[in-house]
Amino acid sequence: MEIKKFKTLEERKKSISLKVENKQADIDCHKESLAGAVSQRACVYSGARVVLNPITDAYHLVHGPIGCASYTWDIRGSLSSGEETYRNSFSTDLREKDIIFGGEEKLDAAISELVEKYQAKFIFVYATCVVGVIGDDIEAICRKAEEEYNITVIPVQAAGFAGNKMSGYKAAGQALLELMNKKEHESISEEIKENNNIKISRATPKINLLGDFNLAGEMWIIKDYLSKIGLEVNAGLTGDSNCQQIMKVPEADLNIVQCAGSMVFLAKRLKKKYGIPFMKISFVGIEDTVSSLYKIAEFFSDYKMQYDIARLVEEKYRGISQELDRCCKNLAGKKAAIYVGGGFKAISLIKQFKSLGMQTALVGTQTGNAEDYQTINELVDEGTVILDDANPNELEYFMREKEVDILAGGVKERPLAYKLGVAFCDHNHERKHPLLAFEGALNFAREVDQTINSPVWKYVRRELL
Amino acid sequence: MDKNIKNLNINPCKMCMPMGAALAMKGIENSIMFLHGSQGCSTYIRRHMATHFNEPVDIASSSLTETGTVYGGKDNLYKGLENTINLYQPEIIATATTCLAETIGEDIDGLLREYKLNYNKSVNIIPVTTPGYGGSQYEGYYLTLRKVLETLSFKTVKEGHINIITAGMTPGDIRRLKEIVESFSLDYIIFPDISETLDGTIVKDYKKIPKGGTSISDIKRMSGAIATIEFAKLVKADISPGKYLEEEYAVPLYNIAVPIGLENTDVLVNLLSEISGKEIPEKLRKAKGRMLDGMIDAHKYNAEGKAAVFGEPELVYSVSTLCLENGIKPTIIATGSEAKQLRKLLNNDLLSLNQDGLILDDIDFEEIRKLAVEGGTNILIGNSDGHFITERDGIPLVRIGFPIHDHIGAQRKVFIGYEGSIRFLEDITNTLLDRKHDSYRERMYQQYYK
Repeated sequence: MEIKKFKTLEERKKSISLKVENKQADIDCHKESLAGAVSQRACVYSGARVVLNPITDAYHLVHGPIGCASYTWDIRGSLSSGEETYRNSFSTDLREKDIIFGGEEKLDAAISELVEKYQAKFIFVYATCVVGVIGDDIEAICRKAEEEYNITVIPVQAAGFAGNKMSGYKAAGQALLELMNKKEHESISEEIKENNNIKISRATPKINLLGDFNLAGEMWIIKDYLSKIGLEVNAGLTGDSNCQQIMKVPEADLNIVQCAGSMVFLAKRLKKKYGIPFMKISFVGIEDTVSSLYKIAEFFSDYKMQYDIARLVEEKYRGISQELDRCCKNLAGKKAAIYVGGGFKAISLIKQFKSLGMQTALVGTQTGNAEDYQTINELVDEGTVILDDANPNELEYFMREKEVDILAGGVKERPLAYKLGVAFCDHNHERKHPLLAFEGALNFAREVDQTINSPVWKYVRRELL
Repeated sequence: MDKNIKNLNINPCKMCMPMGAALAMKGIENSIMFLHGSQGCSTYIRRHMATHFNEPVDIASSSLTETGTVYGGKDNLYKGLENTINLYQPEIIATATTCLAETIGEDIDGLLREYKLNYNKSVNIIPVTTPGYGGSQYEGYYLTLRKVLETLSFKTVKEGHINIITAGMTPGDIRRLKEIVESFSLDYIIFPDISETLDGTIVKDYKKIPKGGTSISDIKRMSGAIATIEFAKLVKADISPGKYLEEEYAVPLYNIAVPIGLENTDVLVNLLSEISGKEIPEKLRKAKGRMLDGMIDAHKYNAEGKAAVFGEPELVYSVSTLCLENGIKPTIIATGSEAKQLRKLLNNDLLSLNQDGLILDDIDFEEIRKLAVEGGTNILIGNSDGHFITERDGIPLVRIGFPIHDHIGAQRKVFIGYEGSIRFLEDITNTLLDRKHDSYRERMYQQYYK
């Protein structure tokens, strides 16, 4: 089977693959975006900012011209149970003369204002494109400010051009490690460090939840689940966390990694440095939620925990099954397209659509890796199109060709879907309702049902047909 | 100078120059915007525009990475242009620079000259210098339009039409503007015209570049107009497209305010009457009468209004004058862009009405919020970023301007002309009324029950 006559750029062809039974996915990924292709990706700075932003008591100081701070102000629907400092966007708002003479002095002054006027204790300083070029030594300025004011000032090397969003995730991971370094971690035993053998002596094991940003309270939902099965969340990264909590990250017994794209780098480093093992989990969809919980129980070899999970799952499922069934009835046989940031999310979404009786006909991601695409390839039906770093041209073509009923994606993709008469599910970081775990699975089913089965399409299709 | 403004911007009340360039180019037919810089800039601008207009917005990027940053972005620029032309087949491309391209010293004019010689000759490519640190979206918008004119216009014979250079207006506004101009039977060119491109319909054959916008042939005819009406009270002469047409082609220029409010609409209507030599049509007279009638209905409630007006300079000016002519006190008049002229112009208006208010430019939301709370402001008028203040301090927000990313329908709202202005004013009045009524029983009880 071949992709029908489709006009795309020659260099993009290797990034498009078609599922063929018993064949591995053949897809180019992890490449720089092709100039002029109108990629849906953002930049290094954006990757760093979205990961670090949810830290509630941090001052995010964007060193650069105004745009970067302007477009990322309060960008996520991350919730806080404490401070709300993170919801502001601070910038040195560099001007022409600063570019010519250097922006170090301005950054210095901006930090001192944050300390004097706002009693800032934790500041992240982001270097943007321009700063990467003019060479302001933000590391030195941060060190100097730390000494001068006895606070924590962490540089985030996030020049937009220095890679893609993935490099930004890494920069954020490095910044988080630096924050952890600010504290002595006596509680980590040498044995763990050396042998990487885990001995859990605590009555309540402590785990870190990496890659949850507490969108619409999702972190709170997961924390509740974990506490019901006898686990304590030591720190969440980075949803509803503060700097003190993050500094305690090395004291946990296990890291569970949800948003793999943004957090696997950090998880690996935490394993190496502090001996904390990690596992990838997902709370997107019921299937993944349940298997992730059992995976955690298996790690702790705890029968009581397995029993608690069974009880929790039964209780949660009972609460939503009737409504879920109703949605499934309305959705059976519909076709979905997925275009999201990370591979792990795409994988979970395919399963979730399947659980609703739907088939996925098109899957793409901005930053998926080869392993992700293999998994995707195994999960989808023959003929499904798989795309890496797609653009509006490709999304439009394949949505039409596959005659999909819905696209799950981010804000930029929404108007395109609507123009083509296709329903849409906002699976992005601005949403205001949880999409994780059982609660989120129901929300997801409802949203998909509400959009696919809205009466509006009846009228729209009259125009389109 | 206030130290706060100098070193630290907290919650920006402005965007960057390339954003303005993108907004301008969306109003030009069969065009696409190309940003020379790293990938993020185009993505962020697309995202912002998509949430406001609820339309697909495609902006290409040269996707500069380290190699291009170190050795120059020529390869990426050329390849990017080829790919964009291949995918979109545009008639015109504006190639705007970003902070990055400017800082590494890209000679965009020279590079594009060379490109035109060696590569694609059929597409009009307009170089625009828009470093993010060179100004805000405001400057980027006018500069881009001016560059388009400089590149495309040439001496044409005098024709009977007028040019209208729009700013800060919604697609709905522009459709209304056309109706007003047509009522004087005037032939006109609207530049840029986002009325169709950023407020599309549902059609069978979706186009990657939406239909509509000012055509190249019309842009080329602009130099032959009998007059230019430019909605740019505050713009500097060196980036004013209208000024260019005046200086280069002797097209008389009328720089007037965006026609929001009675007086600003009067100015436009009278001007159209004067240029066309036609009486003001009955329909417009009636609309004005109704607006006045509505202003009377609302005046006592408006008198209780203390407004903070913020956003892009031209809109801030027009909205402030609407407030002033209706007895709403503009306690804060603020823009994040640099606009010294705003102070000069509005000071006279404030003085003539014996009112006081703070006029501020190059300011951020932190300062606006502080001053609004201190000044007892009871209504905010501006883009939806102001909702941050509503959330924290409970001051209601009436939305106008860009971006409006937390409500829908921004592209269809009409603010201009007599009808648009009175509807907008009534939004403001009703917001004040809701605030008064909703707290009435509790307030009175607390105040007087002993």
